[in-house]
Amino acid sequence: MHELSIVRGIIDTVSESAQTAKAKKVKVVYLRVGALAGVVKDALLFSYDLAIPETMLEGSTLIVEELPVLIFCRACGKSVELPGVQSFRCPECQTPSGDIRQGKELEVSSIEIEL
Amino acid sequence: MATRVLEIRKNVLNKNDELARELRKDFQAAGVFTLNLVSSPGTGKTLLLEKTLTDLRQRGFHVAALVGDLATENDATRLAKSGAPVRQIKTDGRCHLEADMVRKHLAGWDLNDLDFLFIENVGNLVCPASYDLGEAVRVALLSVTEGEDKPLKYPTMFNSADAAVVTKMDLAEACEYDRETALHNIREIRPGIEIIEVSAKRGLGMEDWLNFLERKKTALP
Repeated sequence: MHELSIVRGIIDTVSESAQTAKAKKVKVVYLRVGALAGVVKDALLFSYDLAIPETMLEGSTLIVEELPVLIFCRACGKSVELPGVQSFRCPECQTPSGDIRQGKELEVSSIEIEL
Repeated sequence: MATRVLEIRKNVLNKNDELARELRKDFQAAGVFTLNLVSSPGTGKTLLLEKTLTDLRQRGFHVAALVGDLATENDATRLAKSGAPVRQIKTDGRCHLEADMVRKHLAGWDLNDLDFLFIENVGNLVCPASYDLGEAVRVALLSVTEGEDKPLKYPTMFNSADAAVVTKMDLAEACEYDRETALHNIREIRPGIEIIEVSAKRGLGMEDWLNFLERKKTALP
Protein backbone atom coordinates (compact mmCIF):
# COMPACT_ATOMS: atom_id res chain seq x y z
CA MET A 1 0.00 0.00 0.00
CA HIS A 2 1.86 3.05 -1.20
CA GLU A 3 -1.24 5.12 -1.99
CA LEU A 4 -0.64 7.35 1.02
CA SER A 5 2.79 8.31 -0.38
CA ILE A 6 1.13 8.97 -3.72
CA VAL A 7 -1.48 11.20 -2.04
CA ARG A 8 1.29 13.18 -0.34
CA GLY A 9 2.73 13.71 -3.81
CA ILE A 10 -0.66 14.95 -4.99
CA ILE A 11 -0.95 17.35 -2.04
CA ASP A 12 2.54 18.78 -2.70
CA THR A 13 1.95 19.18 -6.41
CA VAL A 14 -1.48 20.76 -6.01
CA SER A 15 -0.53 23.06 -3.11
CA GLU A 16 2.42 24.43 -5.05
CA SER A 17 0.29 25.31 -8.09
CA ALA A 18 -2.56 26.64 -5.96
CA GLN A 19 -0.24 28.92 -4.01
CA THR A 20 1.34 30.26 -7.18
CA ALA A 21 -2.16 31.10 -8.45
CA LYS A 22 -2.91 32.77 -5.10
CA ALA A 23 -5.85 30.47 -4.43
CA LYS A 24 -7.59 30.47 -1.07
CA LYS A 25 -8.81 26.92 -1.35
CA VAL A 26 -8.72 23.91 -3.62
CA LYS A 27 -12.16 22.52 -4.40
CA VAL A 28 -11.61 19.73 -6.91
CA VAL A 29 -8.54 17.78 -8.02
CA TYR A 30 -8.63 15.92 -11.34
CA LEU A 31 -6.23 12.98 -11.54
CA ARG A 32 -5.39 10.79 -14.54
CA VAL A 33 -4.38 7.25 -13.60
CA GLY A 34 -3.20 4.72 -16.16
CA ALA A 35 -3.97 1.02 -15.78
CA LEU A 36 -0.22 0.41 -15.39
CA ALA A 37 0.37 3.13 -12.79
CA GLY A 38 0.27 0.55 -10.02
CA VAL A 39 -2.34 2.48 -8.08
CA VAL A 40 -5.65 1.20 -6.73
CA LYS A 41 -8.41 3.79 -7.07
CA ASP A 42 -10.31 2.91 -3.89
CA ALA A 43 -7.13 2.93 -1.80
CA LEU A 44 -6.26 6.28 -3.33
CA LEU A 45 -9.65 7.83 -2.47
CA PHE A 46 -9.46 6.42 1.04
CA SER A 47 -5.94 7.78 1.61
CA TYR A 48 -6.93 11.12 0.13
CA ASP A 49 -9.63 11.75 2.72
CA LEU A 50 -7.20 10.80 5.47
CA ALA A 51 -4.43 13.08 4.29
CA ILE A 52 -6.08 16.34 3.20
CA PRO A 53 -7.20 17.83 6.55
CA GLU A 54 -5.18 20.91 7.52
CA THR A 55 -3.87 21.39 3.99
CA MET A 56 -5.07 23.69 1.19
CA LEU A 57 -6.93 20.67 -0.13
CA GLU A 58 -9.09 20.23 2.97
CA GLY A 59 -12.70 19.52 1.98
CA SER A 60 -11.81 19.02 -1.69
CA THR A 61 -12.98 16.21 -3.95
CA LEU A 62 -10.66 13.91 -5.87
CA ILE A 63 -11.92 12.88 -9.28
CA VAL A 64 -10.02 10.00 -10.83
CA GLU A 65 -10.02 9.40 -14.56
CA GLU A 66 -8.87 5.86 -15.31
CA LEU A 67 -6.99 5.37 -18.56
CA PRO A 68 -6.75 2.04 -20.38
CA VAL A 69 -3.47 0.83 -21.86
CA LEU A 70 -2.78 1.73 -25.49
CA ILE A 71 -0.10 -0.18 -27.35
CA PHE A 72 1.22 0.51 -30.80
CA CYS A 73 0.61 -2.47 -33.08
CA ARG A 74 3.20 -2.59 -35.85
CA ALA A 75 1.18 -5.05 -37.89
CA CYS A 76 -1.90 -2.81 -37.86
CA GLY A 77 0.16 0.40 -37.95
CA LYS A 78 -1.87 2.07 -35.22
CA SER A 79 -2.39 2.43 -31.48
CA VAL A 80 -4.93 0.00 -30.07
CA GLU A 81 -6.65 -0.14 -26.70
CA LEU A 82 -6.15 -3.22 -24.51
CA PRO A 83 -9.19 -4.62 -22.72
CA GLY A 84 -7.02 -5.37 -19.67
CA VAL A 85 -3.42 -5.77 -18.56
CA GLN A 86 -3.15 -9.56 -18.74
CA SER A 87 -1.90 -9.75 -22.30
CA PHE A 88 0.08 -7.28 -24.36
CA ARG A 89 -1.20 -8.34 -27.76
CA CYS A 90 -3.17 -6.39 -30.31
CA PRO A 91 -6.82 -7.32 -29.70
CA GLU A 92 -7.41 -7.16 -33.46
CA CYS A 93 -4.55 -9.23 -34.90
CA GLN A 94 -2.96 -10.88 -31.80
CA THR A 95 0.54 -9.51 -32.52
CA PRO A 96 2.49 -8.96 -29.25
CA SER A 97 3.74 -5.43 -28.60
CA GLY A 98 5.71 -3.86 -25.79
CA ASP A 99 5.39 -0.40 -27.29
CA ILE A 100 3.20 1.29 -24.69
CA ARG A 101 1.63 4.59 -25.72
CA GLN A 102 -0.66 5.12 -22.73
CA GLY A 103 -1.27 3.53 -19.35
CA LYS A 104 1.56 4.64 -17.06
CA GLU A 105 0.11 8.08 -16.28
CA LEU A 106 -0.19 9.26 -12.73
CA GLU A 107 -0.74 12.96 -13.09
CA VAL A 108 -2.78 15.84 -11.80
CA SER A 109 -4.44 17.16 -14.93
CA SER A 110 -6.20 20.18 -13.43
CA ILE A 111 -7.63 21.67 -10.25
CA GLU A 112 -10.59 23.88 -9.39
CA ILE A 113 -9.59 26.63 -7.03
CA GLU A 114 -11.35 29.34 -5.07
CA LEU A 115 -9.72 32.76 -5.36
CA MET B 1 -16.42 33.97 -4.48
CA ALA B 2 -14.58 33.34 -7.73
CA THR B 3 -13.61 29.84 -8.73
CA ARG B 4 -11.58 28.84 -11.70
CA VAL B 5 -10.02 25.80 -13.29
CA LEU B 6 -6.26 25.59 -13.46
CA GLU B 7 -4.53 23.26 -15.90
CA ILE B 8 -1.58 21.57 -14.19
CA ARG B 9 -0.57 18.41 -16.05
CA LYS B 10 2.07 17.38 -13.55
CA ASN B 11 3.28 13.92 -12.73
CA VAL B 12 2.56 13.14 -9.08
CA LEU B 13 5.90 11.35 -8.69
CA ASN B 14 7.71 14.22 -10.33
CA LYS B 15 10.16 14.71 -7.46
CA ASN B 16 11.17 11.06 -7.44
CA ASP B 17 11.45 10.97 -11.22
CA GLU B 18 13.66 14.06 -11.30
CA LEU B 19 15.96 12.67 -8.63
CA ALA B 20 16.08 9.34 -10.47
CA ARG B 21 17.06 11.12 -13.68
CA GLU B 22 19.93 12.85 -11.84
CA LEU B 23 21.06 9.56 -10.35
CA ARG B 24 20.96 7.90 -13.77
CA LYS B 25 23.18 10.66 -15.16
CA ASP B 26 25.63 10.25 -12.25
CA PHE B 27 25.73 6.47 -12.74
CA GLN B 28 26.37 6.85 -16.45
CA ALA B 29 29.05 9.49 -15.97
CA ALA B 30 30.84 7.25 -13.47
CA GLY B 31 30.47 4.18 -15.69
CA VAL B 32 28.67 2.17 -13.04
CA PHE B 33 26.00 -0.22 -14.27
CA THR B 34 23.06 -0.10 -11.88
CA LEU B 35 20.35 -2.72 -11.43
CA ASN B 36 17.11 -2.61 -9.47
CA LEU B 37 16.10 -6.10 -8.33
CA VAL B 38 12.41 -6.53 -7.61
CA SER B 39 10.37 -9.55 -6.53
CA SER B 40 7.98 -10.82 -3.91
CA PRO B 41 9.41 -11.78 -0.49
CA GLY B 42 11.23 -15.11 -0.49
CA THR B 43 12.08 -15.31 -4.18
CA GLY B 44 15.77 -15.51 -3.43
CA LYS B 45 16.99 -12.02 -4.26
CA THR B 46 19.52 -12.02 -1.46
CA LEU B 47 21.01 -15.43 -2.27
CA LEU B 48 21.29 -14.56 -5.96
CA LEU B 49 22.93 -11.28 -5.03
CA GLU B 50 25.31 -12.97 -2.57
CA LYS B 51 26.57 -15.30 -5.31
CA THR B 52 26.58 -12.56 -7.93
CA LEU B 53 28.69 -10.20 -5.85
CA THR B 54 31.19 -12.99 -5.13
CA ASP B 55 31.35 -14.20 -8.74
CA LEU B 56 31.67 -10.73 -10.26
CA ARG B 57 34.49 -9.92 -7.86
CA GLN B 58 36.22 -13.10 -9.03
CA ARG B 59 35.84 -11.86 -12.59
CA GLY B 60 37.70 -8.74 -11.50
CA PHE B 61 34.81 -6.30 -11.21
CA HIS B 62 34.24 -3.75 -8.47
CA VAL B 63 30.73 -4.22 -7.14
CA ALA B 64 28.54 -2.77 -4.40
CA ALA B 65 25.00 -3.24 -3.18
CA LEU B 66 22.23 -1.35 -1.46
CA VAL B 67 19.57 -3.53 0.13
CA GLY B 68 16.13 -2.41 1.11
CA ASP B 69 14.32 -4.01 3.99
CA LEU B 70 11.34 -3.02 6.08
CA ALA B 71 12.86 -3.61 9.47
CA THR B 72 16.08 -5.63 9.68
CA GLU B 73 19.73 -5.44 8.65
CA ASN B 74 20.03 -9.19 8.15
CA ASP B 75 20.46 -9.02 4.39
CA ALA B 76 23.31 -6.52 4.50
CA THR B 77 25.12 -8.69 7.04
CA ARG B 78 24.72 -11.71 4.74
CA LEU B 79 25.85 -9.84 1.65
CA ALA B 80 28.84 -8.23 3.34
CA LYS B 81 30.41 -11.70 3.54
CA SER B 82 31.09 -11.43 -0.19
CA GLY B 83 33.65 -8.74 0.63
CA ALA B 84 31.80 -6.11 -1.41
CA PRO B 85 30.69 -2.81 0.13
CA VAL B 86 27.05 -3.19 1.17
CA ARG B 87 24.62 -0.83 2.82
CA GLN B 88 21.19 -1.54 4.23
CA ILE B 89 18.33 0.84 3.53
CA LYS B 90 15.86 0.38 6.35
CA THR B 91 12.56 1.76 5.11
CA ASP B 92 10.83 1.68 8.52
CA GLY B 93 7.73 0.04 7.20
CA ARG B 94 7.64 1.71 3.80
CA CYS B 95 6.90 -0.86 1.13
CA HIS B 96 9.32 0.34 -1.57
CA LEU B 97 12.57 2.21 -2.15
CA GLU B 98 12.58 5.76 -3.50
CA ALA B 99 15.31 7.59 -5.41
CA ASP B 100 15.99 9.86 -2.45
CA MET B 101 16.77 6.88 -0.18
CA VAL B 102 19.21 5.57 -2.77
CA ARG B 103 20.90 8.96 -3.09
CA LYS B 104 21.31 9.31 0.68
CA HIS B 105 22.77 5.85 1.09
CA LEU B 106 25.37 6.40 -1.63
CA ALA B 107 27.00 9.16 0.42
CA GLY B 108 30.70 8.59 0.83
CA TRP B 109 31.00 6.02 -1.95
CA ASP B 110 32.98 7.00 -5.02
CA LEU B 111 30.87 5.79 -7.93
CA ASN B 112 33.93 6.03 -10.19
CA ASP B 113 35.42 3.09 -8.31
CA LEU B 114 32.48 0.83 -9.15
CA ASP B 115 31.56 -1.31 -12.16
CA PHE B 116 28.23 -2.63 -10.87
CA LEU B 117 25.78 -1.33 -8.30
CA PHE B 118 22.94 -3.62 -7.26
CA ILE B 119 19.87 -2.23 -5.55
CA GLU B 120 17.81 -4.94 -3.89
CA ASN B 121 14.32 -3.51 -3.50
CA VAL B 122 11.88 -4.33 -0.72
CA GLY B 123 10.19 -7.69 -1.33
CA ASN B 124 6.93 -6.50 -2.87
CA LEU B 125 5.53 -6.91 -6.36
CA VAL B 126 3.25 -3.86 -6.29
CA CYS B 127 4.65 -0.60 -4.95
CA PRO B 128 8.27 -0.63 -6.19
CA ALA B 129 6.95 -0.62 -9.77
CA SER B 130 6.05 3.08 -9.53
CA TYR B 131 9.44 4.31 -8.31
CA ASP B 132 12.33 4.85 -10.69
CA LEU B 133 15.64 4.58 -8.83
CA GLY B 134 17.84 5.69 -11.71
CA GLU B 135 18.71 2.11 -12.60
CA ALA B 136 19.90 1.08 -16.06
CA VAL B 137 18.04 -2.19 -15.85
CA ARG B 138 15.13 -3.36 -13.74
CA VAL B 139 15.15 -7.10 -13.13
CA ALA B 140 12.05 -8.90 -11.88
CA LEU B 141 12.62 -12.23 -10.14
CA LEU B 142 10.17 -15.09 -10.06
CA SER B 143 10.85 -18.36 -8.25
CA VAL B 144 9.57 -21.72 -9.47
CA THR B 145 7.86 -22.18 -6.10
CA GLU B 146 5.59 -19.15 -6.55
CA GLY B 147 3.24 -20.28 -9.25
CA GLU B 148 3.36 -19.72 -12.98
CA ASP B 149 0.60 -17.08 -12.95
CA LYS B 150 2.51 -14.55 -10.81
CA PRO B 151 3.25 -12.33 -13.83
CA LEU B 152 -0.46 -12.20 -14.65
CA LYS B 153 -1.31 -11.30 -11.06
CA TYR B 154 1.28 -8.52 -10.92
CA PRO B 155 1.38 -7.26 -14.51
CA THR B 156 2.47 -3.73 -13.63
CA MET B 157 5.71 -4.97 -12.10
CA PHE B 158 6.55 -7.49 -14.80
CA ASN B 159 5.66 -5.01 -17.50
CA SER B 160 8.04 -2.45 -16.02
CA ALA B 161 10.96 -4.91 -15.93
CA ASP B 162 13.73 -5.00 -18.54
CA ALA B 163 14.68 -8.60 -17.77
CA ALA B 164 13.31 -11.48 -15.74
CA VAL B 165 15.17 -14.08 -13.71
CA VAL B 166 13.48 -17.34 -12.79
CA THR B 167 15.07 -18.55 -9.54
CA LYS B 168 15.27 -21.83 -7.58
CA MET B 169 15.41 -23.88 -10.78
CA ASP B 170 16.80 -26.79 -8.71
CA LEU B 171 13.32 -27.09 -7.14
CA ALA B 172 11.46 -27.06 -10.45
CA GLU B 173 10.70 -30.75 -10.54
CA ALA B 174 9.68 -31.03 -6.88
CA CYS B 175 7.25 -28.12 -7.37
CA GLU B 176 5.91 -29.50 -10.64
CA TYR B 177 6.89 -26.18 -12.16
CA ASP B 178 5.33 -25.69 -15.59
CA ARG B 179 8.16 -23.97 -17.41
CA GLU B 180 6.35 -23.37 -20.66
CA THR B 181 3.39 -21.66 -18.97
CA ALA B 182 5.59 -19.53 -16.73
CA LEU B 183 7.73 -18.24 -19.60
CA HIS B 184 4.63 -17.71 -21.74
CA ASN B 185 3.01 -15.63 -18.99
CA ILE B 186 6.07 -13.44 -18.55
CA ARG B 187 6.20 -12.81 -22.30
CA GLU B 188 2.45 -12.13 -22.47
CA ILE B 189 2.98 -9.25 -20.03
CA ARG B 190 6.30 -8.06 -21.44
CA PRO B 191 6.80 -9.08 -25.07
CA GLY B 192 10.44 -9.52 -26.02
CA ILE B 193 11.79 -9.59 -22.47
CA GLU B 194 15.02 -11.49 -21.83
CA ILE B 195 14.55 -14.36 -19.37
CA ILE B 196 17.36 -16.06 -17.47
CA GLU B 197 16.87 -19.23 -15.42
CA VAL B 198 19.08 -19.87 -12.41
CA SER B 199 19.60 -21.76 -9.24
CA ALA B 200 21.92 -19.61 -7.17
CA LYS B 201 22.20 -22.39 -4.60
CA ARG B 202 23.43 -25.01 -7.10
CA GLY B 203 25.15 -22.60 -9.46
CA LEU B 204 22.85 -23.50 -12.38
CA GLY B 205 22.50 -20.77 -14.99
CA MET B 206 24.81 -18.43 -13.10
CA GLU B 207 27.09 -18.28 -16.12
CA ASP B 208 24.17 -17.01 -18.25
CA TRP B 209 23.26 -14.42 -15.63
CA LEU B 210 26.83 -13.14 -15.25
CA ASN B 211 27.27 -13.00 -19.02
CA PHE B 212 24.00 -11.07 -19.28
CA LEU B 213 25.30 -8.54 -16.74
CA GLU B 214 28.60 -8.10 -18.57
CA ARG B 215 26.89 -7.78 -21.94
CA LYS B 216 24.42 -5.18 -20.66
CA LYS B 217 27.18 -3.21 -19.03
CA THR B 218 29.21 -3.15 -22.24
CA ALA B 219 26.15 -2.03 -24.23
CA LEU B 220 25.71 1.01 -22.02
CA PRO B 221 26.73 4.29 -23.67
